[in-house]
Amino acid sequence: MKKVMIGNHAVSWGVQRSRVEVISAYPITPQTQIVEELSDMCADGRLPARYIKVESEHSAMAACIGASAAGVRTFTATSAQGLALMHELLHWAAGGRLPIVMADVNRAMAPGWNIWTDQNDSLSQRDTGWIQLYCETNQEVFDTTVQAFRLAEQINLPVMIILDAFFLSHTSEPVDLTDQEIVDEFLPQRVAQYKLDPSDPHAFGALVRPDAYMEMRWQQQEAMRDTLRVMPEVDEAWGALTGRRYGAIEEYRTEDAELLLVTSGTITSTARHVVDARRSSGEKIGLVKIKMFRPFPTALLRSALAGADRVAVLDRNISPGHGGIFAEETRSALYDVPLEDRPTLFGYVLGLGGRDVTPSVIEAIVDRTREAEAPERQDLWVGVEL
Amino acid sequence: MSQTIIKDLMPKDELLASGHLACPGCAAPVAMNLVLKALGPQTVVTLPACCWSIIAGPWPQSSLRVPLFHTAFETGGAVASGIKAGLAARGDTETTVIAWAGDGGTFDIGLQALSGAAERNEDIIYFCYDNEAYMNTGIQRSSATPWGAWTTTTPTGEPEATPKKDMVSILAAHGIPYIATASVAYPVDLVEKVKRARTIRGTRFIHILAPCPPGWKTQNDETIDLARQAVQTRVFPLFEVENGRNWRLTVDHADEPVAPYIRRQARFKHLTDEQVERIQADVDDRWERLQRRIDCGT
Ligand SMILES: Cc1ncc(C[n+]2csc(CCOP(=O)(O)OP(=O)(O)O)c2C)c(N)n1
Ligand code: SF4
Ligand SMILES: [Mg+2]
Repeated sequence: MKKVMIGNHAVSWGVQRSRVEVISAYPITPQTQIVEELSDMCADGRLPARYIKVESEHSAMAACIGASAAGVRTFTATSAQGLALMHELLHWAAGGRLPIVMADVNRAMAPGWNIWTDQNDSLSQRDTGWIQLYCETNQEVFDTTVQAFRLAEQINLPVMIILDAFFLSHTSEPVDLTDQEIVDEFLPQRVAQYKLDPSDPHAFGALVRPDAYMEMRWQQQEAMRDTLRVMPEVDEAWGALTGRRYGAIEEYRTEDAELLLVTSGTITSTARHVVDARRSSGEKIGLVKIKMFRPFPTALLRSALAGADRVAVLDRNISPGHGGIFAEETRSALYDVPLEDRPTLFGYVLGLGGRDVTPSVIEAIVDRTREAEAPERQDLWVGVEL
Repeated sequence: MSQTIIKDLMPKDELLASGHLACPGCAAPVAMNLVLKALGPQTVVTLPACCWSIIAGPWPQSSLRVPLFHTAFETGGAVASGIKAGLAARGDTETTVIAWAGDGGTFDIGLQALSGAAERNEDIIYFCYDNEAYMNTGIQRSSATPWGAWTTTTPTGEPEATPKKDMVSILAAHGIPYIATASVAYPVDLVEKVKRARTIRGTRFIHILAPCPPGWKTQNDETIDLARQAVQTRVFPLFEVENGRNWRLTVDHADEPVAPYIRRQARFKHLTDEQVERIQADVDDRWERLQRRIDCGT
């Protein structure tokens, strides 16, 4: 069934199709429509889930943790300040190996108050142990939501689905809502390996001494490593049923490219147009979209980027005192590429707080990357310095 | 003369194992033991950070024979709500889900999540074992610390300056179906209250005074006697509240003076006689307010 819908509702429908059993959420712009639609779905019977209307995002995540530990499929959604408020519990969810799925609508952090998009909210949670999947279209949002539950439950890690404020959350696009029978085949009811069960009592999350704590973190890291393998398998299984697959990264017109753009989120769609236009005038240019940021697809990126002359990473985020975060991580992924194959990397910070990134902005970045002798600095601020 | 052995009156389930890690003389495991006896094995416990996080035992051990979910300090009310919803989503509406928190996790950092759960009338029992300070982290004051007490953050030169927060009234204002105060010195009363709570649906709150020898600077063998004296001096009266009304005392309270109770705890040793008088006046005042609520039934 195809329906025209905003990105927020594509999340809600993904949650509905995934037969989530417990939802707990708190409103914040620009996420709110996700949970409003879910309230309607629970009220009118489209989704027979328990919906806990908590008093904060902190309790939303805490309630998801409790429900997930009881063995059921859980979901919440948030943005920016709400995600930051959850911080301690994000560690609790990941360290507790609970397959919670959360949508984060990328919104800039205050102050000053700003409801528009950038990635600093989700990227600030980089080291909490959540898988992070960034989306480009509303269809991808729906598909990623359903995939996220299977991935999370297979690997016992929580998954964050990330979509840009307004450019996706409030923008309408046609979305093919995969039939329930097909989703059911792809995603059966969760069977928890460990859960709170009075007939088989265990303790979870107790004090761990230095002699065992490290092994637990190592197991988490192993699960992240497994995700590099499992995420493409899940994507492929979904692709086999629906014809839609995305990959951990996507290479777009990268064949014999001299210059490669690296993007995430909706900037990718704009960059595709620029690549198409430049290709038709004979330029050797391509694009690599990073969908999965955690675990970081280091090997895939290396092979996608090695051999190009120049790489321009477009970062709608900033790690203050360092640089754009995708640029920094990409730069470190390239360190092991032999010098002769290693491209020069230009890191561009742009679009913070929802500032528009138009085709002409990307055109200027392409020209500059081609012409500059070398990057002056690791972070070049588009529209501020350039 | 026939003698009643309290042990014979207690449910036989042994759901707290020996070998737990409480200090000698600690009331907290006594309270847990009685509560689990009253609730039985079909119970799930969530435990925000507190002394009990240690008492329960380190991984891979547990001193509880029921499922136990350790959780973040401020999340008791919310995690218990989630566990209940998760069990109910798969058809288990019978298991009793409890949060077991200290006074810090209840009066202070966990108050928001508890208020949220109470306002939604979640089907959980929230227990606060109250040792009147943050004991796990080394005896810092909480909003449950009584006026005049020494703690490591309220040194004798500048002891606790505000009276204990009236948590029960805050919960009563939520109109939840059942609230009780209880004491390890009155095990029959405690077990009856927990059993009663178990038959009620919605949010139930049970507040248990739990003397702590290192924190109160008392002897290990005084704990039960202190708990009894707290009741008999009306410092910690034992009562029930239904739906925010029907306040009712559940045991006889003598009218013992507070001074001997205060004077045997070295956390109060710096107080002058006038200051102890002030505590007495405050206790009298609270008792009078409690009486008025009982008299008019609200
Ligand atoms: C967010 C957060 N802040 C601080 C702590 C440190 N902490 C752990 S237990 C505790 C005190 C607990 O006091 P209480 O709830 O009264 O329980 P008690 O230890 O007295 O039994 C503190 C401050 C923590 N675990 N989490
Ligand atoms: S410090 Fe006090 S409350 Fe904590 S275990 Fe020891 S006696 Fe019990
Ligand atoms: Mg305490």
